[in-house]
Amino acid sequence: MSAATSQTTTTRRQIPDRLGTPFKRLLASWEVLLFGVAVVIFIANSLASPYFLDAWNLSDATFNFTEKAMIAFAMALLIIAGEIDLSVAAIIALASTAMGYAAQMGIGAPGLVAIGIGTGLACGAFNGILVAGLKLPSIVVTIGTMSLFRGISYIVLGDQAYGKYPADFAFFGQGYVFWVFSLEFVLFLFMAGLFAVLLHATNFGRQVYVIGNNPLAARFSGIPVERVKFILFLLTGLMSGIAAVCLTSRLGSTRPSIAQGWELEVVTMVVLGGVSILGGAGTIAGVVIAAFVMGLVTFGLGLLNVPGIVMSIFIGLLLIVTIALPILGRRIRNARK
Amino acid sequence: MQRLLKNREILLGLIIVVMIAGFSTRASNFATPGNLATIFNDTSILIILALGQMTVILTKSIDLSVAANLAFTGMAVAMLDAAYPGLPLALLIVIAIGIGAVLGAINGFLVWLLQIPPIVVTLGTLTIYRGMAFVLSGGSWVNAHQMTPDFLGLPRISVMGLPVLSWAAIAIVFLIWFVLTRTPFGRSTYAAGGNPTAAVYAGIDVGRARFLAFVLSGALAGLSGYLWVSRYAVAYVDIAAGFELDSVAANVIGGVSIAGGIGSVTGTVLGALFLGVIKNALPVIGISPFAQMAISGVVIVLAVVFNARAEAKKGRIILRDRAAKESQEVTA
Amino acid sequence: MTVQARPLDTAPLAADTPILEMRGISQIFPGVKALDGVNIALYPGKVTALIGENGAGKSTLVKILTGIYRPNEGEILIDGQPIAFANAQGAIDAGVTAIHQETVLFDELTVGENIFLGHAPRTRFGLIDWKTINQRARQLLAELESSIDPTIRLKDLSIAQRHLVAIARALSVEARIVIMDEPTAALSRKEIDDLFRIVEGLKKQGKAILFISHKFDEVYEIAENYAVFRDGKMVGSGVLKTTPQDEIVRLMVGRDVHDVFPKVPARIGGTVLSVESYCHDTEFRDISFDLKKGEILGVYGLIGAGRSELCQSLFGITAPASGRLSLDGREISIRTPANAIAAGIVYVPEERGRHGLALEMPIYQNMSLPSLARMSVRGFLKAVNEFALARKYAERLDLRAAALSVPVGTLSGGNQQKVVIGKWLATQPKVIILDEPTKGIDIGSKAAVHGFISELAGEGLSIIMISSELPEILGMSDRVLVMHEGLMAGLYDRDGLTAETLVRAATGNR
Repeated sequence: MSAATSQTTTTRRQIPDRLGTPFKRLLASWEVLLFGVAVVIFIANSLASPYFLDAWNLSDATFNFTEKAMIAFAMALLIIAGEIDLSVAAIIALASTAMGYAAQMGIGAPGLVAIGIGTGLACGAFNGILVAGLKLPSIVVTIGTMSLFRGISYIVLGDQAYGKYPADFAFFGQGYVFWVFSLEFVLFLFMAGLFAVLLHATNFGRQVYVIGNNPLAARFSGIPVERVKFILFLLTGLMSGIAAVCLTSRLGSTRPSIAQGWELEVVTMVVLGGVSILGGAGTIAGVVIAAFVMGLVTFGLGLLNVPGIVMSIFIGLLLIVTIALPILGRRIRNARK
Repeated sequence: MQRLLKNREILLGLIIVVMIAGFSTRASNFATPGNLATIFNDTSILIILALGQMTVILTKSIDLSVAANLAFTGMAVAMLDAAYPGLPLALLIVIAIGIGAVLGAINGFLVWLLQIPPIVVTLGTLTIYRGMAFVLSGGSWVNAHQMTPDFLGLPRISVMGLPVLSWAAIAIVFLIWFVLTRTPFGRSTYAAGGNPTAAVYAGIDVGRARFLAFVLSGALAGLSGYLWVSRYAVAYVDIAAGFELDSVAANVIGGVSIAGGIGSVTGTVLGALFLGVIKNALPVIGISPFAQMAISGVVIVLAVVFNARAEAKKGRIILRDRAAKESQEVTA
Repeated sequence: MTVQARPLDTAPLAADTPILEMRGISQIFPGVKALDGVNIALYPGKVTALIGENGAGKSTLVKILTGIYRPNEGEILIDGQPIAFANAQGAIDAGVTAIHQETVLFDELTVGENIFLGHAPRTRFGLIDWKTINQRARQLLAELESSIDPTIRLKDLSIAQRHLVAIARALSVEARIVIMDEPTAALSRKEIDDLFRIVEGLKKQGKAILFISHKFDEVYEIAENYAVFRDGKMVGSGVLKTTPQDEIVRLMVGRDVHDVFPKVPARIGGTVLSVESYCHDTEFRDISFDLKKGEILGVYGLIGAGRSELCQSLFGITAPASGRLSLDGREISIRTPANAIAAGIVYVPEERGRHGLALEMPIYQNMSLPSLARMSVRGFLKAVNEFALARKYAERLDLRAAALSVPVGTLSGGNQQKVVIGKWLATQPKVIILDEPTKGIDIGSKAAVHGFISELAGEGLSIIMISSELPEILGMSDRVLVMHEGLMAGLYDRDGLTAETLVRAATGNR
């Protein structure tokens, strides 16, 4: 390479904005692969059971995943930013307990909703202070708060349950907006849209991606890393609170063991949706498709009378296989080179 | 004295002693040797699982599948014992350890060769293994009367005042301590987790260290499977639910860093005992056992805060170096 | 710079057979050829100095020799036999050991274990023999005239002590080939003398030593042979005794020193930034200086002097313990990077990949990062604006890339640096702090970066430039601030400034 110093180049380089066509880029993405899986499962289900292709049955199926998916949207943002919140199910339990307690006191539906959402926000803030404020590792902190939040529910309820909810409260989890579309489903779609805009079209979303990609570079670029993370924990708390309202309303009762194990299902939904557990990558669209995939699998298997616990084998396998396949594919391709 | 107090294990030990002393003011027989031995015995399985988890966490990984592993393996050997009462117990124990090790090896394989993050792998296998326990058992239980007397009796046999279950835990404590401090594999776990890049430069196979850690964790989970079903004299799909998180909590309380490379066997054992003392103490001092979860949660959060302060990496500390050098030059 | 005349052995080179030879070694990474047909030979009992600018390929060579990389072309011969290292352990087994620039040690393990990790002595049953480890560690450290206790944890040691442990580790392997990568960077004069005494000892033992450095004083003092790298090629080698320093500089740089740093004389205006008694709890104390408009203030010092810490504090990464800052006459307080950016002070970090860029993210997203507020309308990002911004600065900096949407990690070092500089220029700053701006950049791009820095100064920006390369500091700066162990060691004007003055101040001798 010549070391001559020709400072001014006569022709200015023109760098294109993007490479390739949008269509080709889309084809190679995880979301499309997952969509293909969803289609396959849909077809398989409709072949396996005559009850599958019924509008009302399908609508029932959505209850399988709408609450978890709403939390998954907030969880996706958090995981993209490089953190995790394993306490979401416990927040549901605590929020539900708070609502049940309030219902006993005679508080009406609007008040209950406020309490549920407020509890979620408060728990989220607690997590946020610990992780963003005190800079503690989120995985172990939220293992701790998960025990704490659900533990408080146990202290309050023991092995009892709250059952007396006002009649109009049932609308959130059991009501329909239009034809087969339940309030929960509409809420799910609304949240999907909201989070998609938040993640993909705003400054805040861009900051989330950068923090996940390289938290040091984010800080060195003036991004308020702690503030963003705190907000993300508020969001998971908020969505857990909303999910608690829906779930409690749907079940009509509260036990301390409500939503047990849901945190892992939510994380599974997020990772299945193509969000990297290491942070920095993922889309809301992927999470939406993953929610449908998981819902379809559980509903379809349910129609075949497969017990819940066996269903979770399928979900576990689905998670591992969908992560492993691209890696295996790459290795085989590299080995051939 | 200050430096002694800074030692994490000693501090934790003191806290446990203070707790026991405190509880015994409310229940006079709390601190008796008999009760303390009971507490240890009740905590034995958690100690064993926590030590397996410790090895995994050291390599910068996590194993959320240990409880599911325990459930599947426990169910398997209980069913074997019920179906073939003639099988020698020693064989059943070996089978338990073997099945556990295989389940652990599956985790290790996915982490090592496919490089899938451990949290994702064990999230998947935790549901798969638990589901397999259901498939294996058809959802039915194995009850005490179906198990052979040998099978049930072993953990309860008293040797020098302690049941075999406690001795098993003690043996595992020494085994793991030995492996981690005296064997090349054990040292490689500290290196692999503490500074994976440097470990590669030093010729250590980080992936293999993680794989072996998962196999070890699985084997211990398998052993715990036998111990559990035999001690509680029942096997069903949901046993040990939530225990994987307890095993992580014991480690966190014991000072094991979730980032890898830091931790001691003493710490982990004390962490498990801490949880065990609390669990045992609550009914005794009149707090509802339902409070146990919340208290565990608070303890874990406090332990994480404490860990973070201890691990705080110092910067280059240029001025301190200069001061040290100046004082050296003066005395030289 | 003066050359120390040093009596050397007169044994002719040709008669010795090399222990290690590399022939035609090439290493190709996506987009860049790091090494191109390199030949080098190491002889027993002799030190070969490997000289070259940053980015010339030296660290790639070290990674190949230590088994971390496999060369794409060429072969390595030991004792005349071709050998391929399967991995790091393979290189260790073949008798190669290295003391690296970055510490590749373990904070939480003891000194003794660090020294023997990977090759620990075993007892009869294959277990780790701690007694022997501590014994041998004590011995090795004693040979290095150190009384560090092998049973304490590494994290309790100072930088110089850790370095000593790294050296002890290299010596513990009974290697025949020892690689030392910039070993004197953080050492004081006395420690350098100690190190050289050890190297002489190694020579007597017949070991072959590869000594990587760009400090000519030391090279002439300790080495017999030299090899010069430039842009991934070996451009010259021979015996130091018979080679004048100018020749080596010429090989290193490719042309006379004076042409490399095209400083455009700039009109220096009034004071823009005033720093008064800036102090940090642990990293620096009593730093005071003024920065004028259009001025380039060089900041020189040894590694560990506190330069980056000072500049990062000026940028708000760490808050100062005390001190005053004024910008354009107004007092300001900077406690976060956001404060600094708002005030017009920006920082281009030394480690581009770690602190400056999100490598997996596209160029245009990296470029717009500190300017997100301006790119958006009420919080909603407009990609159109981002691309426009990226295009503007890509053109201005003459960026070479396939497209603005490719991940910035696929660019060469020089182009990555352009993205970082571009992203900060987009914030229209008043003061730019550059931390080792040409580190790891090939010589062609280096000149371009220098030219660009001059341009910026000419346009009225004030520049603080941290550099460890004397020619760069001397060539580019209007004034030079020297730091030594956290304190100001001097503030010099460009006129009549010599390398000796700077080096003496930086090493604490005045």
